[in-house]
Amino acid sequence: MALNLILLFGLVLAAVWTVMTIRLIRAVVGLALTSAILAVIMYRLNSPLAAVFELSVCSGLISVIFITTVSFTQRISKERLLVRRRERLAKFWLLPIILVTAGLFLMQHLKIPDFVVSAPSYSQDVREVIWNLRHLDLFGQILVLFAGIFGVVILFKEQDK
Amino acid sequence: MSVPSVSMFNYFLVFIILLFITGIYCILVSFNLIRALIGLEVLIKAVTLLILLAGYICGRTALAQAIVITLIVIEIVVMVVAGGIAFWAFRYNKTIDPRRLSNLKG
Repeated sequence: MALNLILLFGLVLAAVWTVMTIRLIRAVVGLALTSAILAVIMYRLNSPLAAVFELSVCSGLISVIFITTVSFTQRISKERLLVRRRERLAKFWLLPIILVTAGLFLMQHLKIPDFVVSAPSYSQDVREVIWNLRHLDLFGQILVLFAGIFGVVILFKEQDK
Repeated sequence: MSVPSVSMFNYFLVFIILLFITGIYCILVSFNLIRALIGLEVLIKAVTLLILLAGYICGRTALAQAIVITLIVIEIVVMVVAGGIAFWAFRYNKTIDPRRLSNLKG
């Protein structure tokens, strides 16, 4: 329970740092950190396969994609960085206050009524669920992957002209 | 593994809502395509945690994991295509500020 709370605090702190930091590259590192903490929480929620996916794909692959995209943008000068820092502070000073207020309010007032949960009636092996129960999802995933591939190909084809 | 309880659902839910607020605030305030994507990522993480938590409370973690894996696959495709669009926008307009992307303006 205490470890879960520490992890959840770390998750929100990492997310806030991701959103508030000025340099894009640090934001990407913060996002990877958020994913890694989320993967630990997933593991503690008895979902190891999803945790492995989160760690490898969201913490690894998405970071690589973002870093590649960021590497094409221009690095800003120190004077511009100072100006940007002031602008960001003016935009984001409200976020920590909102989060602390909302957190304290919800901790005191958010109470979900007790509910009875029925026991699962089918197999609990995730591989069986994916292949037998949710096999239509796999077709959807393949279609989405192809759509993504074609989208990227079209985008970069346009760039070559 | 300890028995899941409704009180556990309560305090997880508080942090999930805080993650939602962070993501939405980032999308609303930032005028940068990559930052908007990062905000979207934070939102997706909150949804992922909510789905897994629901599966854990109900004792159907396998089903929740299957749905989360689908979500992660869709997330990666969205990020790749959106990253490509941000790159394309920077290439042609030398900016990733959506206010200055006026190519499609009617």
